[in-house]
Amino acid sequence: MSDASRQQILQQLRRRLPTACSLPETLDGDWIRYPDLVEQLGRMVTSVGGSFQQLPTVQDVWQRLQSFPEVQSAQRVVSLVDGIPGNVDLAHTADPHLLEDVDFLISSGEIAVAENGAVWVTDQQPKHRVVYFINQYLVFVIPRSRIVATMHDAYRILLQRPLPGFGCFVSGPSKTADIEQSLVIGAHGCRSLQMYVIDG
Amino acid sequence: MIAKAKGHAQLADTFTADEARARWHDGALWFIRQKRDRQAAALPEWESLREMAHQIKAYTLENLADLLEQFERAATQAGAVVHWAADAQEHNRIVLDILQSNNVQRVVKSKSMLTEECHLNHHLEQAGLQVVDTDLGEWIVQLRNEPPSHIVLPAIHIKKEEVGETFHQHIGTPKGNADPTFLTRAARGHLRQQFLGAQAGITGVNFAIAETGGIVICTNEGNADLGTSLPPIHIACMGIEKLLPRFSDLAVFTRLLARSATGQPITTYTSHFHGPMAGGQLHLILVDNGRTAIRESEEFHRSLHCIRCGACMNTCPVYRRSGGHSYQTTVPGPIGSILAPARDAKEHQSLPFACTLCGSCTDVCPVKIDLHHQLLAWRKEISQRRLLPATKKYAMYGLGWLLRHPRLYALAGWMGRKALRWMPRWMIYHRGNAWGMGRELPVPPAESFRAQWRKRSSASGQPNSSRSEGARRS
Repeated sequence: MSDASRQQILQQLRRRLPTACSLPETLDGDWIRYPDLVEQLGRMVTSVGGSFQQLPTVQDVWQRLQSFPEVQSAQRVVSLVDGIPGNVDLAHTADPHLLEDVDFLISSGEIAVAENGAVWVTDQQPKHRVVYFINQYLVFVIPRSRIVATMHDAYRILLQRPLPGFGCFVSGPSKTADIEQSLVIGAHGCRSLQMYVIDG
Repeated sequence: MIAKAKGHAQLADTFTADEARARWHDGALWFIRQKRDRQAAALPEWESLREMAHQIKAYTLENLADLLEQFERAATQAGAVVHWAADAQEHNRIVLDILQSNNVQRVVKSKSMLTEECHLNHHLEQAGLQVVDTDLGEWIVQLRNEPPSHIVLPAIHIKKEEVGETFHQHIGTPKGNADPTFLTRAARGHLRQQFLGAQAGITGVNFAIAETGGIVICTNEGNADLGTSLPPIHIACMGIEKLLPRFSDLAVFTRLLARSATGQPITTYTSHFHGPMAGGQLHLILVDNGRTAIRESEEFHRSLHCIRCGACMNTCPVYRRSGGHSYQTTVPGPIGSILAPARDAKEHQSLPFACTLCGSCTDVCPVKIDLHHQLLAWRKEISQRRLLPATKKYAMYGLGWLLRHPRLYALAGWMGRKALRWMPRWMIYHRGNAWGMGRELPVPPAESFRAQWRKRSSASGQPNSSRSEGARRS
């Protein structure tokens, strides 16, 4: 049945012969450049509802985080960043549903995009990808060298790597304005997002 | 001929009867249009991105058969199962088959205009399944048993007090509480349980990539991600026109989509799926449902370039003032008024006329669809197919005839100027004069344009006046 539809759709699509039509180059172009990538990234993360700070090392980030009452009172913390301790062992969590009550996720990001504040995360490191979405508070720790200007730069890097089964650009905390266009931070995903850019 | 009982204008009457609400709706959408403008202006390359997106979509539509086959191969290689559906019924049947063969009872959905188009929810509910829409706006309209009125902002027509009442009835929030933050939190808590209890997740698709066999889904709430990362079965439904040839093309489209849609630099979550999660299933359903037919139309095939950002609705003076439900289609607004008549010209004959031909939609479209030209072309098409209602048809004949007779036209103009000046109101504002219904007619000028032009030309006889400069130039 589905196969008959497949034939029918493809046949109908082939009834009209393609005219000459070419694809433009999409990675290289006269794209916007920012004089200071870190500053631009910070501006965008803040504009999409996140907070942003530059600190020298991972240790500084961990110290800073410990000053927050939400972290002090957090029951379950998942850390994907070396040097920041978590108390949930993802590798030995059999079912993603068991992550229901994760308070904090502290994650690195492979790429951060200055034009829109987005961070690329994948399912390569955490066993359960839901950990990016089910937490209440999300913290990104990004080495400065991973910041690029635009999405074209980001996709150029992604094309040089093996494609992950799942990858996501995350820009700011989850949000909705579906009730009378009032912006509410914290829809279904994280309720706050902090980004720290560190040396390296 | 008796057209469908109510056309756009009649339904819009219901919407505009509440003037305060109509103004609020207009303002809310215009606010989004302004946010979009700020984003567009912040990128010097905006126009070249639009042009690129247009070229990529044109190439995709031309080569769709090959690209779909390439997509199918790559997606299958990545571990997905690809299904093909010729129409809505087949699409619904495939989804139900997948769910039933996996003994699924509870499904969470993220926003998908395609499943709205196919009326999937109804089909699944008839079969006894529980379907929960998880986009907040979509969930609100689902609870209220209404269709969405906008493709990106499904509940844009609903006031917060009404949402409060709906939540009070369905999830027991305190009566009278209409605070958006409170209501959103309540929905978050309730829907969290639905995500955790779901056995399968259904999503739409924003972009599919022929080169890699992957799909991309964009949301702000994170609902598509929760709905496809907890249950092991993910069913993604897409129109065949959602394809992009290359992975790198995503750079262009992810830059355009959210900026055009809501004035954000990118959606909060832009998720790329290549194959199922470990131990799970990913089903991709490729749906035609009239798309191949539109593609064959010389005039209207470009409407398939649409990436469903909703920018044309946000800017449309008619949409903003008449509300999405006046269109009675899954996709309302300018793009909907092109797509709907292609599906059923008789039923939707009034839509191409719900347009001032101002061209604003064409100006904001991120893939440069010539929307207002296509709307004009549909008017001609509807007239040629003899689908115009009698009043409009004979008025058009009459006007056409008058315009072919300049002297009579001048006389009619003279009479109109006199009549509007001297006739009592009851002779002008009555049921027989459609132009007097719902609007004040303008105060007529003392003399006709032609008389003014003659004066202007004779004045230009004086060589040094600035006026003559103007006249010569024009």
